[in-house]
Amino acid sequence: MDINQFLITPAESAGRTGPHDRIVMSSRVRVARNIKSLPFPGWAKKADRVKTLDQIRPAVEGLPQMSDSFSESMDNLSAVDKQILVERHLISREHAAKNAGSGLVLNREESLCVMINEEDHLRMQALRPGLQLKQAWLAIDQVDSHLEKKLDYAFSPTLGFLTACPTNLGTGIRVSAMLHLPGLVLAEQINQIITSVNKLGLAVRGLYGEGTEALGNVFQVSNQMTLGEAETDIVERLNKVLAQIIEHEENSRATLLERKPKTVFNHIGRAYGVLANAYSITSKETMNLLSLMKLGVDLEMFSDTNKALIDELFILTQPAHLQKQHSEKLGAEERDAMRAEMLRERLKNVGRPLTPPSGGSLDKTKE
Amino acid sequence: MLCIVCKKSPAKVHLTQIVGEKMQKVDLCEECAKTKGVNDSADFTLADLLLGLGAGKEIAQNAEGEDLKCPVCGFTQADFKKAGRLGCSDCYQTFAEGLEGLLKSMHKGTKHVGKVPQALRQTKDMNDRLKNLQKKLDRAIVEEDFEDAARLRDEIKGLKEKISHLPIA
Repeated sequence: MDINQFLITPAESAGRTGPHDRIVMSSRVRVARNIKSLPFPGWAKKADRVKTLDQIRPAVEGLPQMSDSFSESMDNLSAVDKQILVERHLISREHAAKNAGSGLVLNREESLCVMINEEDHLRMQALRPGLQLKQAWLAIDQVDSHLEKKLDYAFSPTLGFLTACPTNLGTGIRVSAMLHLPGLVLAEQINQIITSVNKLGLAVRGLYGEGTEALGNVFQVSNQMTLGEAETDIVERLNKVLAQIIEHEENSRATLLERKPKTVFNHIGRAYGVLANAYSITSKETMNLLSLMKLGVDLEMFSDTNKALIDELFILTQPAHLQKQHSEKLGAEERDAMRAEMLRERLKNVGRPLTPPSGGSLDKTKE
Repeated sequence: MLCIVCKKSPAKVHLTQIVGEKMQKVDLCEECAKTKGVNDSADFTLADLLLGLGAGKEIAQNAEGEDLKCPVCGFTQADFKKAGRLGCSDCYQTFAEGLEGLLKSMHKGTKHVGKVPQALRQTKDMNDRLKNLQKKLDRAIVEEDFEDAARLRDEIKGLKEKISHLPIA
């Protein structure tokens, strides 16, 4: 089956809602598991990897949660298709680089995705819109409990689940949330937040996870340590920290509007101006400007535009998604032109931003 | 906080390094930092320290060039220094000593807390029950309560049988 026929449309994906989704775009819990005594993917020869994949894949496909799923070996996916999966946050960039001997099993709702032979034999993740870490953990816990009956996991009573990298040892869990934090960035408080979150032993990363830039003011917060702390405690701890970040973001938005309304409206107005009128625009600029428009939607500056349109454009304007809409291979410059054309078209009926009632007079502070 | 190498002097050199995608932290005393060459940070990588930590003596003994090697997958210490990842799950036993310090520096604890596969939980529960029954049996024999002892003996036999059929001992 073609992955593109299986995947839900960007519009549908963007239309999903969850608790606190104004700020928390999505929640994710991933666990790493390995099979006893088989070489880890990074050390295994190709033949071993293929054998491991053949052993694990049927077990994953047979999960009740995967009764309606897409399952494929990575060498059967084109580079563009793999990149689309990365842009949808379904697989890691590392996994996209894999070929024969690695695989992917994805459920219909795209709430469950299992990578086979990524860095570990199994990297299973549950995804939810908005802030739903606990639900995501419960979902992946169930999948894991099913699989442990079919596969002989590498587990040590003292070290827990054994993983290729010692940093994932123990629970093998990574609990993370993707946050949209334009207020903290505009208020120049984001670095403070990152520093204090780091001090709590949590990592802050960019849009595509490890080692990536925080494009579009999107940040991922996740646990760093996996040994010596139970899964539920990690989820709990992250929830507490996230609640605080949400509060800080709301506060900085309110403070910005009170103290520097002109600056905020100027950013949003300009973002709209460029996105709706440009004839060439890079994906990086697009994401940063869409982030500001999203803030504008949150502040009710675009009367009849909803969050879903902006989130859909977030997905559609990414390189591989853009490429997929055109049969011929696009160069970077052509892509920038196509992207601008699509944005102009999709934003044609979006009216100019209105100054919100609370900021009626730009010179005075009201609210 | 004590130095993770000598575990005697207080740690004064705190090092955080991001290697690829992982963050690693190491706390050393001034003496050990010097011997490990941490001070000339230019071309120092934490990976050099990784397996060396806590296994200082052993490495000294192996200075002949004899490298520790995993009997299951053939992975060596040198491979770990290069990759920062292990070869297979058995490597954790092979390199256990060297890994201890590393784990201490990167995690909250060194003992697993949290989910345990059900099969193992069962085994543990049954072993606990077996110990319990054994105690009762000993007591019954001392008290010359042979009726109880016979019953306990049969129960123990049945339980041992069950345990021997579990997938993971």
